[in-house]
Amino acid sequence: MELLSGAEMVVRALRDQGVKYIYGYPGGALLHVYDALFQQEEVEHILVRHEQAATHMADAYARATNKAGVALVTSGPGATNAVTGIATAYMDSIPMVVITGQVMSHLIGEDAFQETDMLGISRPIVKHNFSVRRAEDIPSIIKKAFYIAESGRPGPVVVDIPKDMTNPTDRFPYEFPASVKMRSYNPISRGHSGQIKKAVDMLLAAKRPVLYTGGGVIMGGASEQLIKLARMLGFPVTNTLMGLGGFPGTDPQSLGMLGMHGSYEANMAMHHADLVMSVGARFDDRVTNGTDKFCPTARIIHIDIDPASISKTIEVDVPIVGPAAAVLEEMIELVAAADTKPDAEALASWWKQIEEWRTRHGGRYRTDDSEKMKPQQVIEMLSKVTNGDAYVCSDVGQHQMFAAQYYKFNKPNRWINSGGLGTMGFGLPAAMGVKMNFPDEEVVCVTGEGSIQMNIQELSTCKQYNIPVKIININNQSLGMVRQWQDMNYESRHSSSYMDSLPDFIKLAEAYGHVGMRVDRHEDLEAAMREAFSLKDRLVFMDIYVDPFEHVYPMQVPRGSMRDMWLSKTERT
Amino acid sequence: MRHIISVLLENEPGALSRVVGLFSQRNFNIESLTVAATEDPTLSRLTVTTIGSDRVVEQITKQLNKLVDVVKVVDLSEGDHIERELMMIKLKANGQMRAEIKRTCDIFRGQIIDVTPNAYTVQLIGDSSKLDAFIAALGTTSILEVVRSGVSGIARGEKVLSV
Repeated sequence: MELLSGAEMVVRALRDQGVKYIYGYPGGALLHVYDALFQQEEVEHILVRHEQAATHMADAYARATNKAGVALVTSGPGATNAVTGIATAYMDSIPMVVITGQVMSHLIGEDAFQETDMLGISRPIVKHNFSVRRAEDIPSIIKKAFYIAESGRPGPVVVDIPKDMTNPTDRFPYEFPASVKMRSYNPISRGHSGQIKKAVDMLLAAKRPVLYTGGGVIMGGASEQLIKLARMLGFPVTNTLMGLGGFPGTDPQSLGMLGMHGSYEANMAMHHADLVMSVGARFDDRVTNGTDKFCPTARIIHIDIDPASISKTIEVDVPIVGPAAAVLEEMIELVAAADTKPDAEALASWWKQIEEWRTRHGGRYRTDDSEKMKPQQVIEMLSKVTNGDAYVCSDVGQHQMFAAQYYKFNKPNRWINSGGLGTMGFGLPAAMGVKMNFPDEEVVCVTGEGSIQMNIQELSTCKQYNIPVKIININNQSLGMVRQWQDMNYESRHSSSYMDSLPDFIKLAEAYGHVGMRVDRHEDLEAAMREAFSLKDRLVFMDIYVDPFEHVYPMQVPRGSMRDMWLSKTERT
Repeated sequence: MRHIISVLLENEPGALSRVVGLFSQRNFNIESLTVAATEDPTLSRLTVTTIGSDRVVEQITKQLNKLVDVVKVVDLSEGDHIERELMMIKLKANGQMRAEIKRTCDIFRGQIIDVTPNAYTVQLIGDSSKLDAFIAALGTTSILEVVRSGVSGIARGEKVLSV
């Protein structure tokens, strides 16, 4: 058997796991590992400019592929800079393996230079973490890390490696385990047949059903099954922010997004439904609004791979613990074989009602109250220019909600955003992570002048590795979502929500060797955007000035029911 | 309602901190906590008593089960079970109080395990309410120090918690 040092085993194990890119930043505790990386060519290291970006790149790769991304950061500040990225992945159940350097074993606990207790710091924001205590355990720990990250409800796993475990002179026989078995961790592979049968009976008897589907459909690879089942039943489908693309946004059965900034018809349908089936969604507070008023007339079926998600915030009638794809597959078979068919008459009148809601307020916004371009118009144009087919990586704020509302996602894994944690600064590194792995696809970062400045240094990484993403900077010269809340709840006292002293983004993009474009008028938008996308090999920073006073609507009224919404600055349900 | 939850845990460094961290992270309450290795040195057995509604306790057991180091979880209070706690209590004992303490101690089947001219140390084993009752029964006796082990529990009958 080949003898390898701990450092070489780290790199070899990643190769044997099938990893192509790792994203990271070197430092003292990782020097042996970086030396081992230097001496091989199979695993390519991408040097970011800040460790947070490394984690977001790895995270976005996972969101686009459902496979764990890998970040490599040094001890101390390297590890703490990665914390936001780890928490981002944790909140959205994204598989990721983060390898953190650590000071030498004998120094741990002595407040050594660049020491931090990464196991302790990361514990509440990881699915699991490991500390390497014996160098020969490195291959099996890395194998377990990937297995835990990717199976069951996915999540980030941290592997903390003290520097002496990677010492180049200590060599060990290397073998990468083919499989993992852990007595304390056995993710479930299918749902309970009795519960599934019960759920199908309820689906077939439903008169006002809604399928409420989330990120579990995307990460569980269940989009195909969802589409099939929804078509067989003829039911309306609504997606959570994390579930967009799991069901085609342009399909007539799609109600769009639900929740705080969900569509009028989706929220109305949820409120009036007699049956709600949740697939891979977790009844988040941004969806349910006031839990005591949530879906007052509905019986609820909940499919989730994590039993702890079930009845956590909302009591459900029929829980089904299992992977979304396997459960939906069984449902499809049962529906196909059933003697009874869905109640066509009831469904027809339900759809009539939904169409009425859709016509009354279906994704409209005013363009006559300002001379300026509207942010919604920018997203609609983006959707048009890219045929609704791009990978859209979003930052956090109003632009994120506009993108979720107005970009019609027809495929899963293409809407990449920080939903749970709401991490500003996510968008650019996320777009980079996707573009590196899908060089032939259009990859867009939808951002705002607030968010983009949280990881703007990555323009340098894009230069180094030639990552030609397109940045759509929806510039409203303010922290739009904060300002919207201040308008609505604080009598327009704009406390620290104004982005004063903005840089000249065009010059900034150019300084980093990229192309910058400024657009002020709607009539110039299409031509400019088409030009930007025609520059295949260049990163283009489109600085697009929009109406700074626009709000995101609909917006649910706090603690109300799902149907209690503001529809514009003056209109309420 | 008070629940006694038993957990079989991988005897790994950091495993205990995951359990304790989970309780504070999710705002669950811990009344008492005991932990030690079992006959199988790779496993620890942990008993935690907590007070919460059925819904909260359901979340506690589900969230505990999600921890990768946790092998098994059982809510002992769902069935017949035995709970025991050990208390050592140091009491000021001089004059006629010495006889009085000895009598109370006998009633509760406690043992005096250390004696000085001015103090007794009493050991008492029972469920938590018995230990509470003993303290209440001491009346005016002055308590110098109390140490309680926290609750350990086991199911009645032939039911076992094992791998």
